Amino acid sequence: MLLELHDINKTYFSGQPLHVLKGINLSIDTGEFVSIMGSSGSGKSTLLNILGILDNYDTGEYYIDGKLIKNLSERQAADYRNRTIGFIFQSFNLIGFKTAVENVELPLFYQGVPRKKRHELALEYLDKMGIRDWAQHYPNEMSGGQKQRVAIARALITHPRIILADEPTGALDSKTSNEVMELLKELNREEKVTMIIVTHDPKVAEQTDRKIHISDGIIANG
Amino acid sequence: MKFDLDSYREIADALVRNKSRSLLTGFGIFWGLFMLLFLLGGGKGVKKMLSDTFEGFASNAVILVSRNTSLPYKGYKEGRYWDPKYSDLDRLRTLVPELDVVTGQIAFYNWKAVRNTNSMSVRVKGLSPEYSAIETPKMKYGRFINEVDVLNKRKVCVIGKEIYRNLFPEGEDPCGSFLQVGSLYFQIVGVDFSSGSLSINGNATNTVSIPISLAQQLKRSGNVVDLICATVRNGYSAKSVEPSIRQVMARQHNYDAEDESALLILNTQEIFTLVDSLFKGVDFIIWLIGLGTLLAGAIGVSNIMMVTVKERTTEIGIRRAIGATPGEILSQIITESVALTVIAGSFGIVFSVLLLNLTEVILSWNGEVASFQISFWTAVLALALLALLGIIAGLAPAFRAMHIKPVDAMRDE
Repeated sequence: MLLELHDINKTYFSGQPLHVLKGINLSIDTGEFVSIMGSSGSGKSTLLNILGILDNYDTGEYYIDGKLIKNLSERQAADYRNRTIGFIFQSFNLIGFKTAVENVELPLFYQGVPRKKRHELALEYLDKMGIRDWAQHYPNEMSGGQKQRVAIARALITHPRIILADEPTGALDSKTSNEVMELLKELNREEKVTMIIVTHDPKVAEQTDRKIHISDGIIANG
Repeated sequence: MKFDLDSYREIADALVRNKSRSLLTGFGIFWGLFMLLFLLGGGKGVKKMLSDTFEGFASNAVILVSRNTSLPYKGYKEGRYWDPKYSDLDRLRTLVPELDVVTGQIAFYNWKAVRNTNSMSVRVKGLSPEYSAIETPKMKYGRFINEVDVLNKRKVCVIGKEIYRNLFPEGEDPCGSFLQVGSLYFQIVGVDFSSGSLSINGNATNTVSIPISLAQQLKRSGNVVDLICATVRNGYSAKSVEPSIRQVMARQHNYDAEDESALLILNTQEIFTLVDSLFKGVDFIIWLIGLGTLLAGAIGVSNIMMVTVKERTTEIGIRRAIGATPGEILSQIITESVALTVIAGSFGIVFSVLLLNLTEVILSWNGEVASFQISFWTAVLALALLALLGIIAGLAPAFRAMHIKPVDAMRDE
């Protein structure tokens, strides 16, 4: 198993203690195409944060590729986020003052890849996403679909084993939405990237191989 | 932390592509450094101009001026006037060994100097060669009054800069030509270009200096001198020789040695000390204001960076989510701060140097010889100070940025 979660609990202590995850057990294998569904407040975003090592959990065990992910140093966590996991966000989260190609390059910058090489690689990935012509444009000059493609290219450039997508089509119209989903499916099929998509849109979930429903902090099926 | 060229490009991009933010942040530093250096340069220039006033004037001189007595003495009433005599010079030399040069001066006012069609009102001073120890002449042409001039009562003169400019407008060497002063003709032997405006009995620039022996004859009052000027030997203070001077003069001229108002003793050492401490005070205020302004600038940078970091939460969150370590974020913000401070500060240095130079140019149109420039090392020191300020200013915002969690990037704006 690539990802394994045993009895994960998470409580937020801001004012009233809020028990968000109440013992999550989940395993996802390499190459799976999974959607995590749930209404808002169900804990799906918290689960995604824990899967992406963006947040800590209180009790339980989380393994990536057999390695326990607990109490990592900031450096180790940064390294995992950089090399093993790729993120795609609902609001794209591109850096506004950087061009498309520079946004895609950024993860490689933190790996210390030389400027020229990472520029070439970034162009290659933009090409793959079909937006090479937009390489020198700034995010505010692009449409939502184009921005999401830039974000996908940025997530893919480090060859991560896992892609975590948080409502990747949430800000897109249905046509663009379908295009992005096709793209993700293709990547999953051809590059064998494990794809985990958090969504509340049943149409998106329909297109994945496995649907995990989370409600009130526990997994309803899966 | 990485300190390769690549990181610097990353910083440069962040600064250049957020121009207005960078400009606003840098302005405080620019202004602070500009103020500090402009004040320093200006202060130096004003100091130089002031000290030019004292230029050439002995800093260890005492000048004796006779006044009415204020105490009755040996049957004389108070309020009696007395005259210093030429013979007092020798007396002082022998009886007050702490004195080095002792020399007299006889002055005439508002004489008319005429050459061809040009004329001007001048001051005539009878001097001896030793007088050059009191006010150092800057001979542009010829020589100063010498021993032989005094001995033979030669009708020769040394003219000041102002007289030379007015009466010899062609700028030729006037030595050997004759100048009518009052009803007499003097042969010019030298031109004194000293411009110090601290002087006895008027400025050297519009003074005709003649041998003291000749002046004595013209004055027709025996061997009376108007003033006695002396310098004090090294190792003695002017103040400490005052009592013995008073003793000698009082005994000779029959007034009470306790009568301080009968003899006015001007002491240039005191004036110089006063001016010196004035300069030190001015310096202190300049540094205080300049450093204060600079500090305010640095706090401004820190403040704006603080707001900026908050505004950049998403950007920093994204960077963290795609693999930046907290250390990398920390060094990025501090480097940004240092780069901003140093660049803005360098503009401040350049701008202040330009403006100081402009001041110099404008003043030199009016014939002032001014030097308002800051020294190279002052600029280097300022730059080093800036780098340090940049680090300090960047610290608080950088630590705040470091604590931004990658999750913060996911929150919708």
